[in-house]
Amino acid sequence: MTSAAIVATDVTRTYQLDGFAVPALRGVSLTVEAGDYVAVVGTSGSGKSTLMHLLGGLDRPTSGTLLLGGRDVAALTPNELAELRNSTIGFVFQSFHLLTRTTAQDNVGLPLVYRGIGRRERRARAAAMLERVGLAHRITHRPNQLSGGEQQRVAIARALVTGPSLLLADEPTGNLDSATGQSILALLESLNADGVAVVLVTHDREVAARARRQIVMRDGLIVG
Amino acid sequence: MRVAEAWRVALDALRANRLRSLLTMLGVVIGVAAVVALVAIGTGTKQQIERQVEGLGSNLLIVVPGKLTAGAAPTSSPMTLDDADAVSRIVGDRSRVAVTIASGETVRAGKLSAFASMQGVLETTPSVFVRKLSRGAYLTRTDVSTGRRVAVLGAGVARTLFGDRDPIGRQITIGGVRFRVIGTFEQLGQSLGVDRDNEVHVPVTAAQRLLGTDRIDGLAIRAPDRDRIDQLGTDVVAALTGRHPDTDFSAVTQEQILGVLGDILGVLTGVLAAIAGISLLVGGVGVSNIMLVSVRERTREIGLRKAVGARPRDISVQFLLEAVLLTTTGGVLGMLLGASAALLVDALSPVPAALTWWSMALAFGVSAAVGIIFGVVPAQRAGRLDPVVALRTE
Repeated sequence: MTSAAIVATDVTRTYQLDGFAVPALRGVSLTVEAGDYVAVVGTSGSGKSTLMHLLGGLDRPTSGTLLLGGRDVAALTPNELAELRNSTIGFVFQSFHLLTRTTAQDNVGLPLVYRGIGRRERRARAAAMLERVGLAHRITHRPNQLSGGEQQRVAIARALVTGPSLLLADEPTGNLDSATGQSILALLESLNADGVAVVLVTHDREVAARARRQIVMRDGLIVG
Repeated sequence: MRVAEAWRVALDALRANRLRSLLTMLGVVIGVAAVVALVAIGTGTKQQIERQVEGLGSNLLIVVPGKLTAGAAPTSSPMTLDDADAVSRIVGDRSRVAVTIASGETVRAGKLSAFASMQGVLETTPSVFVRKLSRGAYLTRTDVSTGRRVAVLGAGVARTLFGDRDPIGRQITIGGVRFRVIGTFEQLGQSLGVDRDNEVHVPVTAAQRLLGTDRIDGLAIRAPDRDRIDQLGTDVVAALTGRHPDTDFSAVTQEQILGVLGDILGVLTGVLAAIAGISLLVGGVGVSNIMLVSVRERTREIGLRKAVGARPRDISVQFLLEAVLLTTTGGVLGMLLGASAALLVDALSPVPAALTWWSMALAFGVSAAVGIIFGVVPAQRAGRLDPVVALRTE
């Protein structure tokens, strides 16, 4: 077992599109230590989204080995992969991906549903997590009653509620104005200071510059 | 994921699209309602017929010429009153044997007339069949032996000819021949599609003279005890065959009649229920269709649920429960609707209906099964969705 959150060794990912093999990742090696803060930058089509999906256990490499939390993704069944996502990884998306008919509290509690935790405890933990992201007063609001920044905070609370060791943020500030984006980044950084590894995918150099280190991608390869 | 939680999610999803959920249910509602109502009507009719056949009197044995097999041509009867006497000797009690010769005749009283079923009978008829008089008296043995022209009117005939007036002692003509009314029957209603209030009973001898024959159509025996009824039938048929070697005779019991009628009605009810079941099937296809639409609409939601740790099975179960919830809710609504329709028909029309628990339970079970069967494909599709593709969907 390694203490690293992610160890990728010569990982490739090739999609089949209409019978043509389209390589999205062409051999990526990368280590993210526990508690690290890494920004992945690159233009669209550089393979950074594909990498993000692989690091989040949503997809499997075509070749190479990928260890998440010390476990080889290729060896896991779909159910084990789901359990891995639930227990060790938190996702934050550009478009928030909140359930529209559901309150902030129940959105945050959603990952706990798949751990078989009862509603009362889910709500208690979700409320505590919303307080942690500064939304204690918005618990019963639905996404359409919240501002973009607030929605992203709800999404971050949802990512954190299971106590993951790795937070994957895909353009978390992409849909927000710059002031709100700054406060979201500040929140992510304070979480990182508490020991959660953060991998931030962005095309914004300024955002990337705040990370401890940067990985630059182009044409499915890490170039810097 | 806990089951209670899965139900809650399914309920939320259906509530979010109330109108669509209701319309989707409609097919199942109509199918279940039709099954429940039709089975109730079939059962009610069967029970009514059973009551009527049993109402004829118990331990009844009906003897007719001919073979009682499907497709057998009706045989003209060679039997006479002498045969009835022979049968009476076998039974050992004349009062347990009834005969009939029936003919449709026009019955007149003054200017009013009715087309009635004239039945030439013995005075024993009320002790063999259950017939009660409302007024007057029945035929006597002397009436029969002398061929006296007296008549007992069915309730319907009496009402047509005399209205509310007392018909006792009045003159009528049957087929142009004068008869005197000596009694009227209590109202009986329809039995097996025959209006039993449209009968006029006259002495068999008088009827034979009117019709110019010495034959009788058939006879009926009220057996002294149930255990010997089959043996009695065999004996009577043997004796009659001995007297008329060229003719086949059959003796049937109430149980046999009920059995045959029950089989016919059972098949009829089954066919009706199956036709109604087709609409359930169509409803199921509708459910399947809507669930596929729902899976497509909620692709992003599925992707997100998978990202935060839902297993393929969790997603499948959620959509399957949604389909089952749709069809079982439709099933309950359909049961209520079908039961109400059956009760309405029973109350407002001459068609009887009887609700049965098994038909309701069956309809509910089938609607749940329809949900499972037609929900499986959409649910599997949802469970297998690739989260990467699902999350990217806009």
